[in-house]
Parts: sequence; structure tokens; C-alpha cells
Amino acid sequence: MKNKEPLILVVVVAFTLLTYWLVEPFAHSQMHKHVEGENFAYADLSPISKTGNAQNGKVLVTGAAGCTGCHSINKESMPAAMDAVTAAGSYGVNPPDLSNAGVVYDAKFLADLIKNPAHALKVEHKFDAAKGQMHPMVPFYGAGGDIDQEIADMVTYLQSIAVSKEELTPTMAYENACGRCHAVSYEKWTQIGTKPEFKFEKESLAFDIKVLEYQESLTKYMGKLPPDLSMYIRSRGEHFISTFVENPQNQLAGTAMPRVGVTADTAEKVIEYLADAGDTKRHERASVGKNVMIFAIIFAIFALLWKKQVWRELH
Amino acid sequence: MAHFTKATSVKDWLNQRLAVEKVEKVMASEYWIPKNINFLWAMGMVLAITFALLLVSGIFLLMYYQPDVKDAFYSVNYTIMRDVDFGWLWRHVHGVAASVVFLVIYIHMFTGIYYGSYKKGREMIWISGMLLFVTFSAEAFSGYMLPWGQMSYWAGMVITNIFSLGGLHMDGLVEWIRGDYVPAQAFLTRFFMLHVLLLPLAIMGLIGLHFAALRIPHVNNQDGEEIDFHAESKKYLAGDKAGSKVMRFANDFMSKDMMVVGIYLIFFFYLVFFQYGFALDPVNFDPADGLKTPAHIYPEWYFLWSYEILRPFSVNIGLIAFGFAQVIFMLLPWLDLSPNAVPASRRGAFNIWFWILLVDMIVLTAMGKLPPEGIFSTIGLVAALLFIILWVALPFITKNEKKA
Ligand code: HEC
Ligand code: HEC
Ligand code: HEM
Repeated sequence: MKNKEPLILVVVVAFTLLTYWLVEPFAHSQMHKHVEGENFAYADLSPISKTGNAQNGKVLVTGAAGCTGCHSINKESMPAAMDAVTAAGSYGVNPPDLSNAGVVYDAKFLADLIKNPAHALKVEHKFDAAKGQMHPMVPFYGAGGDIDQEIADMVTYLQSIAVSKEELTPTMAYENACGRCHAVSYEKWTQIGTKPEFKFEKESLAFDIKVLEYQESLTKYMGKLPPDLSMYIRSRGEHFISTFVENPQNQLAGTAMPRVGVTADTAEKVIEYLADAGDTKRHERASVGKNVMIFAIIFAIFALLWKKQVWRELH
Repeated sequence: MAHFTKATSVKDWLNQRLAVEKVEKVMASEYWIPKNINFLWAMGMVLAITFALLLVSGIFLLMYYQPDVKDAFYSVNYTIMRDVDFGWLWRHVHGVAASVVFLVIYIHMFTGIYYGSYKKGREMIWISGMLLFVTFSAEAFSGYMLPWGQMSYWAGMVITNIFSLGGLHMDGLVEWIRGDYVPAQAFLTRFFMLHVLLLPLAIMGLIGLHFAALRIPHVNNQDGEEIDFHAESKKYLAGDKAGSKVMRFANDFMSKDMMVVGIYLIFFFYLVFFQYGFALDPVNFDPADGLKTPAHIYPEWYFLWSYEILRPFSVNIGLIAFGFAQVIFMLLPWLDLSPNAVPASRRGAFNIWFWILLVDMIVLTAMGKLPPEGIFSTIGLVAALLFIILWVALPFITKNEKKA
């Protein structure tokens, strides 16, 4: 009698793979729109044509452009005019610290942002100056000279004070680019900063109240509270988050989430931060996985040899 | 009273009290297995091993899981996945095993159907097997509620809602099952109880029944051959191991079981560490939110075929079709009217019936996941009708089957 087992195995494997393909890759390709990444090129924005001067930039940022009226630059010892909760009360959200804006955000994006925030952030559907809906960050109308030169100077200044790309950690990237809107409770991050360990419950509750007040303003500003991103690396996955950050409107037309304008490097670091939060043990999984596979293969070899030995007498 | 003598060894001591030697013979060394069976007959052992994996990993998870709607998601996704050493490993093992066990169950069931292993004294094996399928389904569903993610909540909502649909209109029953108007604390606590106590107990009892049901008829074989186990085992015991048509369960067939289990574990652990997405649905990593309906609600893959039998029809007809699909497999031994317990390949029309049923169920599975629009809902409707027609036709197909 000829051995039918190889054929049976092929049939079982083929039907299994077919079913898998149908309910996983195929079904998901039908259910979710596929958005291709654009390498964070921001092709809709025009490149900066002028060479900036950091010295002039500093004068503008701290003076005529009024950036430091709303934003802190802690690194240059320029504190915020208001604390986070009060700022959110006035603007809807706390304007982020600009110490590292030069490395977190794309240069073209920064230039466009300074000139026309609602345009750069792709929230013109919510903020239409013609209808009197002003974006809380006022556009820079120029300080009397060549506006493009002035903007180039400010961008150069922000780049000159920022840490280098290599020094930017995943946590810094996240806190700068996303932290003012999204909590990550698994990393103890709230929109107003990392929640410290308090000795007394009273202090802890006082902190929570501040967070709630902040969230109230943020909810009013955004229309809804931006979600806690703790588990988003598992619920949405890397590809979705990356393309969503690049241009939220591509995935969710009309959403209140702005295009954040980060560089490809920053986006990668943001994703690493989210992976540390929601898929913390992934490195351990890979290394334990390798060892378990080796063990399983050795087990299978011994089982095979045992079977061969036992069956020798049966034929 | 029985007569006990001073024991000469531990084994003798146990033997006098528990008849361990006799038990060992009945269950292992003189439990005779036909030689002409292939690796598909190891699927039962693969199932037993997978169940053991589920049990062990489940016990570890139970040490940290919190059945409270406020804490459940956190206890699973933070405490177990991040805080507890190797908690992530137990969760991945548990989640992947819960999904893979159904793949193996389906292979095991279709093996039984293909070789006709549900008739001629094997009806109880089949019935206990189907009861295992039903309890495993309930076990999987109740377990899926526990992380209290979006899919837990909404699948719980949709499935319990079935009883309130159409002509059934049993809103009272739905409330009674949920313990509330919507899935909430009472719902989670009772499904927790079912998942960690009542259903595992029932499963263990049923596995015992399934094994007991196998012992007397013995397992079938791949040639549909009627084996004289008495004569063949005598031959074996007399030393003609090669000439006998049977072998011992242990260690003879068990060594092959273990070989298949070994290969299966390579596949299993590959899934656990590197390809777990199919078993741990991404949507369920969003915490339950009763105000936010997910864009697509679908059950786990192993329920999709019966879900698709419910979906393409109008409500009342869909419910009848769904009820039909739930019980019809149970009746297989009485719907197949042919006395032939041989491989389908030798049974003419039944062979065609078998392969169409298999493909039809795969089609139903795929359509059950896809959004019910356009061509997909048409295919789903045709496949659901075909499923019903196949089962209605079965007695007629098998009635006049030639003796194989
Ligand atoms: C009237 C207050 C105000 C002024 C003046 C202002 N900003 Fe802002 N800025 C904001 C607010 C509010 C936000 C947050 C907007 C949001 O998240 O919707 C913001 C956001 C930003 C961001 C983050 C954008 C992103 O993609 O997330 C940068 C960078 C920035 N401002 C730079 C500047 C610079 C440079 C200047 C000076 C040219 C400036 N801002 C002037 C209020 C201000
Ligand atoms: C100015 C506030 C703001 C900032 C800054 C912001 N987001 Fe959001 N984000 C939102 C809001 C509001 C939503 C809800 C959008 C909706 O549901 O329409 C959202 C939603 C999301 C979602 C969920 C989309 C979905 O599928 O529901 C993800 C993922 C996300 N943000 C990631 C990020 C990341 C990563 C960053 C930083 C690079 C970031 N966001 C920065 C406001 C913000
Ligand atoms: C999930 C738990 C189950 C376990 C642990 C289990 C275990 C086993 C074992 C160990 C065997 C003997 C070896 C073999 O033939 O594979 C067996 C045989 C059998 N099982 Fe199951 N089984 C399970 C579920 C089912 C289900 C769902 C069905 C289908 C209704 C089923 C139907 C059968 C049949 C018909 C046989 C006899 C095969 C033959 O005689 O050739 N079992 N089972």
C-alpha cells in the first residue's frame, strides 16, 4: 500500500493557508482603505528658498513674531507666560515648548506653520479666517522686511538651539509632537506632563484635577478628547499610525487632529515610544521566541527518532 | 472484604489498591490501534495537548486577571503584558492556542466525516465530539469577553442580541443572559465564571466521555477495514509484531502521536511568537466603549461560517438557518444512511458531497468576515443556501449508495 501521508499533508496545509489568506490578508484589504506612506516629504509645501540667519531669527522669535508670548523655550531660559492649564484655558491646548522644535518638525513645515498655521496643520476646515474662525496660533504677517527671509531666519534659529537628531530620544519626540493632546497612561504621561509619584493622596488628586481641567479645555477645542495612545501600537499598528500622523485627513477625512509635521526620523521615534508603551516586551518576545523554536525543533527530532525506533519492529 | 497482603514493592502496593497494571493495560499497552492509520489520527492527541496548553496558560493568567469592567482591560494589557514576568508569553500562548485549537478541531471533524468514523458503533464518539465542539465554542466566546476590549463588548452585544431578533423577540431572555440591559459588570462576571470554572469542567468531563466512547469500538482506519482486534492482538502478543494488523497504543502509536505533536509544536510556537495577529484581534486592543461602535464587527474566524448562515437572509429565516447549522452536524450519523464506514473516496456521490461541503464552509468563513456588500453578500447567500441544500440532500445521496 502506498504512503498517502504526503498528499494528505499537502491537502490539509493548502486548505488551511487558503482559509487564512481569505480571512486575514484578503478580508483586511477589503475592509480598510490602504494609504501609502509619503516618506514625510510634505510635497504640498514649497521648500525654503532663503538661507536663514540664526541671530536674526532669535530676535524675531523673541520679539516681533511674538512666539515666546505663547510658547516657552526652556532651553534658552524663556519660561512660558502661563502654566499648561491656564494656557489650555486660553488657547484650547498648551502651546508646546520650542526648545527642540527645530529637530522635531520638518523645516518646510515650520516655515509654512509660521506663515499660516491652519494651512500647515491641515485644519482649514475648522479654522477659516474669512468666517472669523481664527486658529489660536496667530499667523506671522512679517516684521517689515522680506517675510520669506524672516521666516527662514526663525527656522534656522530653532534648528540651531535644538538637540541633534541623534540626541532626540523617543520620549522627547513623543512629548513634543503628541504629548499636549494625547495621554499615554501606561507611561504615566498626561497632557500636562508625567504624573509624579506623590507622597500624599491629596497632592495626587490635585494633580488629577488639573489634568481634568486641561482635558476639559482640550475637548472643547478639539470637539472630542484625543484618545489615550497606550495600546495603539497593537490596535492600529505601525503603518496606520505612521501614515495617520503624516496626514490625518488621508485616513479620517474631516478629523480635528492636525497634521503634526514631524520629520520621518521623529515619526520613527514616536512609534518606538508607542511600542515601548503598548508592546513593551517585543525584544524579549523575539529572543525567547528564537530559543523556544530551537527547543521545539530539537524536541521534534527526538520524537521522530523515537517513533522510528519503536516502529522498526512493527513493519 | 478484599484480601490485602503485605506489599513487596510500591507498585505492588498500588496494584492491590488501584489495579494500576490492569488500568495501564486497558488504557495503553493493550489498547489496540490499527496500523493502517495516518497522521490525521494524531489530531486527537494534538487537541489534548493544546487543551493542556490552554489550561496551564489560563491558570497563570488567572492569577493576575481582574474580572471588573473598570480594571479588566488594564489587568490584561498592562499588568499581564507589561508588569508580570512572562505574562505576555502566557497571554500569547493562551490566545493563539484558543484559535489554533479550532483549526485542529475542524481538521479532526472533517477527518471523521471523510473516513465515516461516526457510524457502526462510533456514534457516541461523534456525539461527545460535537458536544466538545459546542462547549469549546462557548469557552472561546466567554474567554473573548474577558479583556473587555471593543470586540469583547460588541461581539457580546451582537451575539446575545440574537435572541431578541425577529420573531423570537425574547428581550427578557437577552436581559437574563446579560444580567442587565447592556453588557456590563454582571455580564462580565458571569462569563468569567463560565470561562474559568463551569465550561472547563464540562470540557474535561466530555473529554473523558469522548475517550471512553472510543475504547470499545476502537478507532477507525484509513481503509475502512473491519479488524478482528481479538485475533490480531493475540498475534501481536505472540511475538508477530510485524504481521499483526494492530499495535499497542503505548508506546507504539503514542510514539507517532508525539512525532506529530513535535511538528505541530514548531508550527504552534512560530505562531505564538511571530504570527499572532490572527488570534489577538487588533480591534480588541481598544478598551470597550459602549458609545463607539467599531466600523466592522465580526466574530473570531472559527464562528464565521455559522455567522454567515445567519446574515444573508431576512431576520426570521436567518435565525432558522442559524439554528439549523448549530444542530445539523450532531445528526450526521443518522443523516448518512449508508452503512459504509469507508473513506469518502470510495463512496461515489458522498465523496463529491464531502468536498463541496468543505469548500462551501471555507467560502462561508471568508464571506462572514467581509463586509456584506455587493458581490460578497450574493456569494454569501448562495453559499448559505448550498450549505442547507447539502444537508437536506445527504440522506437521499447516501440511501442508495452501493456497498463499498
Ligand atoms: C497666540 C499664541 C501663539 C503664538 C504667537 C505662536 N504660537 Fe505656535 N502654537 C500656538 C498654539 C495654541 C499651538 C497649538 C495648536 C494646536 O495644537 O492646535 C501652537 C503650535 C505650535 C507648534 C507645533 C505645531 C505642530 O505641528 O504640532 C510650533 C512648532 C509652533 N507653534 C511654533 C511657533 C512659532 C515658531 C511661533 C512664532 C513665529 C509661534 N508658534 C507663535 C500658539 C501660538
Ligand atoms: C492638537 C492635538 C493633537 C496632536 C498634537 C496630536 N493628535 Fe492625534 N488626535 C487628536 C484628535 C482630536 C484625535 C481624534 C480624531 C478623531 O477621532 O477624529 C486624534 C486621534 C489620533 C489617533 C487615532 C486615530 C483613529 O484611528 O481613531 C492616533 C493614532 C493619533 N491621534 C496619533 C497621534 C500621534 C502619534 C501624534 C503625535 C505625532 C498626535 N496624534 C498628535 C489630536 C491630536
Ligand atoms: C476538542 C477536544 C477533542 C479532543 C481532545 C479529542 C480527542 C480525540 C482523540 C484523542 C481521539 C482518538 C485519536 C484520533 O482519532 O484522533 C479522538 C477520536 C475521534 N474524535 Fe475527537 N477530540 C475532540 C473533539 C472532537 C470533535 C469536535 C469531534 C467531532 C464531532 C470529534 C470526533 C471524533 C471522532 C469521530 C473520533 C474517532 C476517529 C476514528 O474512530 O477514527 N472529536 N478524539
